[in-house]
Amino acid sequence: MSDDATAGGPVEARLPAWAADYWANDLVKIGATLAAVYAVYLVIGALLGYDLSGQLNSLRRLTFLIVLYSIAALVVNLHWGYSGLFNIGVVGFMATGVYTTTMLSRPLQGQNPTGTLPGLGLPFPVAVVGGVLAAAAVGYVAALPSLRLRDDYFAIVTLAFAEIIRITVKASELQEFTVFGVTLGTGGGRGIRTYPNPVDEFFAGPGQPVVEAVSALGVDGSLVAGWAFVLVLVVLLAGVYLLITRLAESPFGRVLKAIRDDEQATLGLAKDTASFKIRAFIVGCAVLGLLGIVWQGSQGYVSPSLFIPQLTFFIWIAVIVGGAGSNTGSIVGTILFVGVVYLGPDYLRRLVEEYVSLSGSVPTFPGAVGALAGGDPQGVLLYTLDQTSTLRVVLTGVFLVWLLRTNPDGLFGDRREIASSIDLEDRVERRRARGDADGQEGGGSE
Amino acid sequence: MTASSDVDATDETELDDADADERAADPDATGRPAEPLLEVDSLTKSFGGIDALNGVTFDVTAGMLTGLIGPNGAGKSTTFNVISGVFPPDSGTVRFGGEDVTGLAPNETASRGLVRTFQMAREFRNMTVLENLMVAPKAQVGETAWRSVLPGARGAVSDQEEEVFERAWSMLEFFDIDHLALENAGNLSGGQRKLLELARALMLDPEMLLLDEPFAGVNPSLESKLLERIETLRDRGQTFLLVEHDMDLIMEHCERVIVMHQGRTLVTGTPEEVQSQEEVVEAYLGGNVA
Repeated sequence: MSDDATAGGPVEARLPAWAADYWANDLVKIGATLAAVYAVYLVIGALLGYDLSGQLNSLRRLTFLIVLYSIAALVVNLHWGYSGLFNIGVVGFMATGVYTTTMLSRPLQGQNPTGTLPGLGLPFPVAVVGGVLAAAAVGYVAALPSLRLRDDYFAIVTLAFAEIIRITVKASELQEFTVFGVTLGTGGGRGIRTYPNPVDEFFAGPGQPVVEAVSALGVDGSLVAGWAFVLVLVVLLAGVYLLITRLAESPFGRVLKAIRDDEQATLGLAKDTASFKIRAFIVGCAVLGLLGIVWQGSQGYVSPSLFIPQLTFFIWIAVIVGGAGSNTGSIVGTILFVGVVYLGPDYLRRLVEEYVSLSGSVPTFPGAVGALAGGDPQGVLLYTLDQTSTLRVVLTGVFLVWLLRTNPDGLFGDRREIASSIDLEDRVERRRARGDADGQEGGGSE
Repeated sequence: MTASSDVDATDETELDDADADERAADPDATGRPAEPLLEVDSLTKSFGGIDALNGVTFDVTAGMLTGLIGPNGAGKSTTFNVISGVFPPDSGTVRFGGEDVTGLAPNETASRGLVRTFQMAREFRNMTVLENLMVAPKAQVGETAWRSVLPGARGAVSDQEEEVFERAWSMLEFFDIDHLALENAGNLSGGQRKLLELARALMLDPEMLLLDEPFAGVNPSLESKLLERIETLRDRGQTFLLVEHDMDLIMEHCERVIVMHQGRTLVTGTPEEVQSQEEVVEAYLGGNVA
């Protein structure tokens, strides 16, 4: 993978139609990484004896997580990689988006057949827009007083903000309340039912024939809606990628990079740096709001425990693996993070269980050590595999240390992404070619 | 200045240019008295118990290369910081082009045409030399986020980018650093960074440039190159205020010299006038040699 990354520069320089091939090239890198991870998972699936439906479902879950984490990683890259804004409150903005949309879209009291928490009964698209705007507004409020702070202090404020949002949502006072005669609520610590996934609804209704056709082929019909939703998310990811790449490759992105390198000097160039930082922050927060709506919201149920800081840190790891400052790097990093670190331990456990005949369970560490002392290594293995989430954290550490020793800036950290809406490398080359021609032949041919 | 200002869409900037040219041509022909471009009056500034500035008063005339000298700790850099808005003065006023700019933020003073460079070059090190220059021009349409994103509007952004590039390229050629255009600014030598910083500041079409020790850490050949550029620009009507330690350099190249000592302005005058003042020699050499 690291070879790919370092080979990027010369390859791009060789290509004539830079813009088009740059895209193709980056897509190839993303595609190759994804294909490699897919291949590994297909092999694991085969070893576990999955049938076609099982394989498809395994890849669906993998892709689902990769796409969602990628969107978050792109936002972190916009904030940190391009603007130097250390946002470790990512989950707070996602929670704002999904909770706002839920509370806006839940049916009014009395019109709710299931008798669960009522809401404002707004149409779903309106509620989505509301959720995105709410996340942007919270981003604005978080950014306004704290942009005077230096990186690390700003980071603490964002972390605190995310916790404030989580704890507010959890508060029993807000579980169900009535304002201006309208009853709504956050569900408190018990969580709240969100909204039906439109993709699921489509395949339960008009799209039913497709499901039946697929079922006739011997594949689990429920995979149709699942994969269709993943495809919707891929389109969303493409949109976010385009949005953030365009922001980065523009005079706006250029000022952001300048602020990241030296804010005082940027001020000296007549740039209102606070305004640039706030705008970049708000755009990112709005995307995070939307991400929360399609991610946690699509599961049918949300609770505050989904929005713990750990999720933010996972997203950050993906960005660090890829290398801050590169959109392509962020996505490649996410693919590796989800494939190796996030889902890896779970599949590893299943593989071991499949091929090593283990019996029983060793839930405690003393138990494992005791077994080992008694000459039985199985206890340690059983205990380790029991701790999937802990294993994930350990593996994350090992993975990061290994990677950052060889690539201190992440896989794509050494990459140069020039901030302009035109291809400056090409312009410079043309000017130089012209200069050479002028010098040698007195301005002969151009 | 160098490569025409056709990039700047704002009428304001064009007016500024016309103004500058006029002044350069003949300072007294404008019909009004030759008002100084920058007027600094009785600035004071203290940090804790230390009076960094204690009555700084001087004028800078348009189209001139003015030197600001003084021993270490005289308050030269603090004066620059107060003028450019890094921090406000405790008392006193700064007027620029007839307007009171006291205490305005650095981006506001810069957008009025009062642009500075720093003692330690502050290039954007993770950006290419070319990007460094292209950040600077004012009123770029692509600085509006949605214009840079939406398909219909991005065309106009790119059109302007072509113009900004052309201007940046001319500037790079003027400073003989066009061969470094795609180099990361962080990889440049100390002297090249000074050139880059001056070039970047000039991309703003400043009415006046405040240069804080532009020759510090620059080798002699690069220094003469830099000086040559500054004089060329001055001849085109650019106003400079220059902090420098090298007395010979100041005396040889500046038309007016301001001497600071212990937070106040000591003498102002032509190099000859200043050199003949005994207190200047004392301030600089501690009174031992006279």
